[in-house]
Amino acid sequence: MKRTQKENLIKGFFCLPASLSIFFLLGIVIVLFKEGLPIFKVTSLKEFLFGKFWYPTYEPPEFGILPLILGSFLVTFGALVISVPLGVAGAIYISEVASPKIKESIKPVIELLAGIPSVVYGFFGMVIVAPQVAKIFDLAVGLNAFTASLILGIMAIPTITSISEDAISAVPKKFKEASYALGANKWETILRVILPAAGGGITTAVILGMARVYGETMTVLMVAGGAAVIPRSFFEPVRTMTATIAAEMGEAVAGSTHFYALFAIAIVLFVITLSFNILADILSQRFRKRLG
Amino acid sequence: MVDIVTSHHSPVTSKKEVKISIRNLNIWYQDMQVIKNVNLDVEKNKVTAIIGPSGCGKSTLIKSINRMLDMIPEAEVGGTILLDGQNIYDMDETFLRKRIGMVFQMPNPFPKSIFENIAYGLKIHKMFKSKQDLYFKVEKALKQAALWDEVKDKLDKFALDLSGGQQQRLCIARCIALEPEVVLFDEPCSALDPVATVKIEELIEDLKKNYTIVIVTHNMQQAARISDYTAFLYLGNLVEFGPTQKIFTTPQNKMTEHYLTGKFG
Ligand SMILES: Nc1ncnc2c1ncn2[C@@H]1O[C@H](COP(=O)(O)OP(=O)(O)OP(=O)(O)O)[C@@H](O)[C@H]1O
Ligand SMILES: [Mg+2]
Repeated sequence: MKRTQKENLIKGFFCLPASLSIFFLLGIVIVLFKEGLPIFKVTSLKEFLFGKFWYPTYEPPEFGILPLILGSFLVTFGALVISVPLGVAGAIYISEVASPKIKESIKPVIELLAGIPSVVYGFFGMVIVAPQVAKIFDLAVGLNAFTASLILGIMAIPTITSISEDAISAVPKKFKEASYALGANKWETILRVILPAAGGGITTAVILGMARVYGETMTVLMVAGGAAVIPRSFFEPVRTMTATIAAEMGEAVAGSTHFYALFAIAIVLFVITLSFNILADILSQRFRKRLG
Repeated sequence: MVDIVTSHHSPVTSKKEVKISIRNLNIWYQDMQVIKNVNLDVEKNKVTAIIGPSGCGKSTLIKSINRMLDMIPEAEVGGTILLDGQNIYDMDETFLRKRIGMVFQMPNPFPKSIFENIAYGLKIHKMFKSKQDLYFKVEKALKQAALWDEVKDKLDKFALDLSGGQQQRLCIARCIALEPEVVLFDEPCSALDPVATVKIEELIEDLKKNYTIVIVTHNMQQAARISDYTAFLYLGNLVEFGPTQKIFTTPQNKMTEHYLTGKFG
């Protein structure tokens, strides 16, 4: 075998996994669109996205996913309100406050937290948190957007903390030194120099945490209450896009309008997730450029 | 109050005003002693240069003066340093560092705008009365650092986009905006080209009217050009200290002579 041939073979071998993942991605996109687009023969895009009623099995059916979109957004928003401050504060603590010893023991714990299956979080939410929420807020049941936000917020903390921590630790020491030399104290340095310098990375962390919450399925299915109705407050049961697909795919007959509608929801999910990722990419790149 | 006795190194017999008095200073990094019983008086409104071969402890010595060594956990300091007769360890370190500014070897502007770089310390120490006053003080600092003409139209631009020499002058401006009494320079020109170096040297000449300056330098010509006093540090010992002219023309110590003539270092 010639040398160049051998090299090509090796190249091909390492190229394979990379091209496979592109192949799978393309495959998924094609299937999504192939199975999802037919729904627009029975409903318009506008009716689909902004319709207020999701009655896929009624006669005649209605395929408005606005309640599901709002459900997803409400839960995501609520989870971020909880996870962003706690996650970033945790990152600051680990990288700037904790002693090396504490730091070494906290980091694995956070990684472990990120590795807990979501069904465990869901179970915990259902059995422990929801009854407490019902009791504290005097509700009939505790399965609602609030409980879902709480659990999802906790789930997103490890993602936000570990990525923010990387960003904070990557801030060059010379900025810190400059700040101290000007007579700033530790907190002034953290708030006015380190956090702004790590801002791009923290933004990325928040977006990835957001993507995690938004794409989460099992937990919301278990604790959000499941009503496909436009939510009026955090204390009402909601249904997200992900939970809808998971709950209804089993009963939807292949090739039915219901089936197509679920795929169309998946397209919406996919497009939004994709934009999260692109946004995170752009922001982290801009951040890298700014720090030179 | 300590009665400040001029040390035996003391070059001038006429009354001189001591700004910083270093007494029996010993500094260790873990078990390694890098500063050995150093005694040194820094005269007010003069430029004191610290020279010596790499690793002899110049940066360590200068960092002890504004307590930046506090940031290095393994560093241990013994002895006393007095600023206007007061022990620096009896002062709040943030206030000490406002009074004793520092310019580093590598220019280190914050990743913020030019304006915000200067405004930073002024905000930290609440040194302005109004927005106009803040702007005025930023302008004044940039003018003092001979940078104003180059940046006056782009104060909102990103500071890290400036050239290395401009960045260093920005750091000097950021430092003197706080109206310190002393400015410490740790090899401020070693990362700069000759043209930028000349600018910084001129600036230092200019600054000494209002500030007491301590400058660490590798560059002997630079020490000769800009300093009034020179301290030669070797392996953590202060080998010789005196008026720059005297040190450079008639060094008392053989080692100083060898170092100045380039026999080692
Ligand atoms: N954080 C530290 N921990 C341990 N040793 C250190 C530390 N910083 C400096 N040293 C050591 O202390 C000695 C003096 O260092 P210092 O930086 O003060 O030297 P210097 O004279 O400024 O050298 P240069 O001219 O290269 O800047 C060196 O041997 C150095 O390796
Ligand atoms: Mg040094």
